[in-house]
Amino acid sequence: MSDQPNDTIQTRQRLTDELDSLEVAADLKGKSQAALVRKRFLGHTGAIVSLVVLGCVVLLAVTSVGIGPWHGWWKYSWLDTPPLQNGGKPTLSLFPLSAGEHPFGQDTVGRDYFAMTMRGTQISLLITLTVGIISAVVGVVFGSLSGYFRGGVETVLMRLTDMVIIIPVLLIGAVIGYNTNSGILVLGFLLGLTTWTGMARLVRGDFLSLREREFVDAARLAGASDRRIIFKHILPNAVGVITVNTTLLMSSAILLETSLSYLGMGVKAPDTSLGLLISQNQAAFSTRPWLFWWPGLFIVLICLCINFVGDGLRDAFDPRQRKIRLRRMSETPHDDVEGALLAAAVVSPGAVRSGWEDDAPGGPLGETPNEEHR
Amino acid sequence: MASFVLRRLGVSLLVLLGASFLVYQLVAISGDPLQEYRESNRPNKEQLMQARINLLNLDVPAPVRYFMWLGGALKCVIPGKCDLGKTLQGQEVTDALSAAIPSTLQLVASATILAIVIGITIGIVTALRQYSALDYSVTFMTFLFFSLPVFWVAVLLKQFGAIRFNDFLADPTVSVGVALGIGIVAGLIWALLLGGTMRRRLVVFATATVVTAGIIWYLGWSQWFSYPGLGPAVIAVTGAGIAMGATALLAGLRNRKALYSAFIMVALAVVMELVLVPQLDDAGFWLIVLLGLAAIGAGLLVGWLMGGYDRGQSMKIAALTSFLVAGLVLLDRFMQSWPEYFKATRGRPIATIGSETPGLDGDLWITGIDKYAHLLLPTMALILISLASYTRYSRASMLEVMGQDYVRTARAKGLPERTVVVRHAFRNALIPIATIVAFDIGGLLGGAVITENVFSFKGMGQLFIQGLSHQDPNPVMGVFLVVGITAVTFNLIADLTYSALDPRVRVKA
Repeated sequence: MSDQPNDTIQTRQRLTDELDSLEVAADLKGKSQAALVRKRFLGHTGAIVSLVVLGCVVLLAVTSVGIGPWHGWWKYSWLDTPPLQNGGKPTLSLFPLSAGEHPFGQDTVGRDYFAMTMRGTQISLLITLTVGIISAVVGVVFGSLSGYFRGGVETVLMRLTDMVIIIPVLLIGAVIGYNTNSGILVLGFLLGLTTWTGMARLVRGDFLSLREREFVDAARLAGASDRRIIFKHILPNAVGVITVNTTLLMSSAILLETSLSYLGMGVKAPDTSLGLLISQNQAAFSTRPWLFWWPGLFIVLICLCINFVGDGLRDAFDPRQRKIRLRRMSETPHDDVEGALLAAAVVSPGAVRSGWEDDAPGGPLGETPNEEHR
Repeated sequence: MASFVLRRLGVSLLVLLGASFLVYQLVAISGDPLQEYRESNRPNKEQLMQARINLLNLDVPAPVRYFMWLGGALKCVIPGKCDLGKTLQGQEVTDALSAAIPSTLQLVASATILAIVIGITIGIVTALRQYSALDYSVTFMTFLFFSLPVFWVAVLLKQFGAIRFNDFLADPTVSVGVALGIGIVAGLIWALLLGGTMRRRLVVFATATVVTAGIIWYLGWSQWFSYPGLGPAVIAVTGAGIAMGATALLAGLRNRKALYSAFIMVALAVVMELVLVPQLDDAGFWLIVLLGLAAIGAGLLVGWLMGGYDRGQSMKIAALTSFLVAGLVLLDRFMQSWPEYFKATRGRPIATIGSETPGLDGDLWITGIDKYAHLLLPTMALILISLASYTRYSRASMLEVMGQDYVRTARAKGLPERTVVVRHAFRNALIPIATIVAFDIGGLLGGAVITENVFSFKGMGQLFIQGLSHQDPNPVMGVFLVVGITAVTFNLIADLTYSALDPRVRVKA
């Protein structure tokens, strides 16, 4: 076999391939954990597409009807009541592409539905963002303190968490609903104060396993303070769990907000949100279906995008689920690069988690089962 | 172990007490119970207000009122002495609860069980075929379902699943175009499911499209939608499929004894369909349950009688097949009553709201269909939105397990792939899912507040919402108490199951 001339070519080819992969592997050594995560995230098509779509939605919602004193580029505001045209039917058409006077139609009193949907999107996104930030912060504080200090602190904080878990979120909605003059940010803030429990449990689980690691012992021996260990050594390693869960939290927050508004407990007229729009217009489904379709489509679009971004982040931070494919692919020499990439990620502390540490079920970067929006 | 359970229970009790205090205060500041009277201009306004103040003890500050409520609630430890107060309409909360719990369970239990079974199946299949077209499409679908607001889905379901479907049932003719459309969708699903080379996919797609379109068109042509039924032939063929499937999955088709015992059960079911079912016109609910148990028992017996080197397996398979085929027979019997039900509902069989047709009178079969027809849409809505999380969980869990060393060992020692997947991987993948299922079951009684609201289902969620919107503290507290206690109990059960299933995890004694 070896005396055939093209076999030498093949051998040479294979050698250069291996050399290439070695070079790439050497190149990988210099990459930080963050760079690896970024690379993996950028390689996740679904997540990138979703991120772009989400960005477009946000941009559209903010610029079209504007915020605060700024009016935006769309000719109507969500409060104007221009005369009804053509029964308020949507004028949007794809062939030829044109928006027309009222692309999403008009509601029963003639308000421009595009402006209303955009305003609703703004409000829903704002609440989602507030809920995400508040519950991430509270959850991380509770989780890290109880996971790091253990003992009495843990007992008190975790029992408090248990207590908040069983308080129904709807109740918070009802309390806010009664005080109608409280603003949207207050709604987001209070919702955030009830939805942080899943995050706290996951972060605690992560801290429990990370605090037993050698690098924490080393830092402690070197005389690092608790504060320094938490912020400099453990928290950066828990960033994967935190980011992924914040996105998932936000995707369930948008459903929560719309559900509350739907039940008449969240955002109230004259302001509007996507859930409120659906609730106001569901009876008109057979006569004016567009009043029902548009806000729903925007909820689904936003939520879907956030979910895909979260999925991409999970894959980027915790590539363990990709193992099977990599093993299959590594039968061809060139793909060893990716194998090396995986190995590098597994060896680096952020990606390794000892699984079922204490009572944090659902896997290391588990999706929190959020059934609130049922 | 015992000390762990006791300590956990004690702590949970404290947590419940604290949470109930908070909830009571929140309800108290969520509105003014006298609002409706303040705004009214009835002559006896003062009197009515005083009556309500007396009923709810509004002259006492809320924190003190909580302890008065707690005093009544604590009596629940003694059976029959329970005092959870009265609703604004003067109904005992305990009565309201005992009416709401069964109705909620009916709605949520079947939806949850179905979602769990379907979700886990899909999750496992996609994990085994990671990065296939099937995996990508299922992942997309689960994310889509996960992003659907349930009230939005509910309105769509009402429109297309009930109103349009009822219109169709009024004149059930299927045009060739519609049949072909459904056929193409079915063909795509089958091609994705079976996978393989491009050629194989095309063949599967073409066959499935033609067969499905043909069946749909035939069903429309033969007025099946007006007079549905399965008949012994369909039961026999489907049953044979079930028997083959169950054997292939659980024992492998080489295990002839298992296969034959499954086939015997199918044959028995067909005989039952011909002999027993016509006698069942006046059957009661418990008779049906008894017959179901008998089917399982017969399966076990047949499997045992077949003997062989692995009796247990034959028994399991025969019992499973028997149970499923008995279900088919039951379905057939229900279908026979469909025309009568159709007439009784004046041609609008699929209901959009409520849990039963008011004033409907009939035997078990008619009321049974009525129940299904009312549960159909809310169950579908609930399954759609809760399917996603189970699918994702079981997929992740299965992927994790398939990468473990013991799976490689099992393969290396030459076990067939079926054994590796079913015996070694699947069972271990179920462990984390079992915990999640236990959590979810704990939350079942809380009901599906929004779903119940949209479909006007009188369950726990509805009781809760009604109480909240009328500032009526007692039903809200009652629901909270029931939900809280079950949640706490099932959390404990989840922890214990976990340590029982996975010996690597031990509860701290």
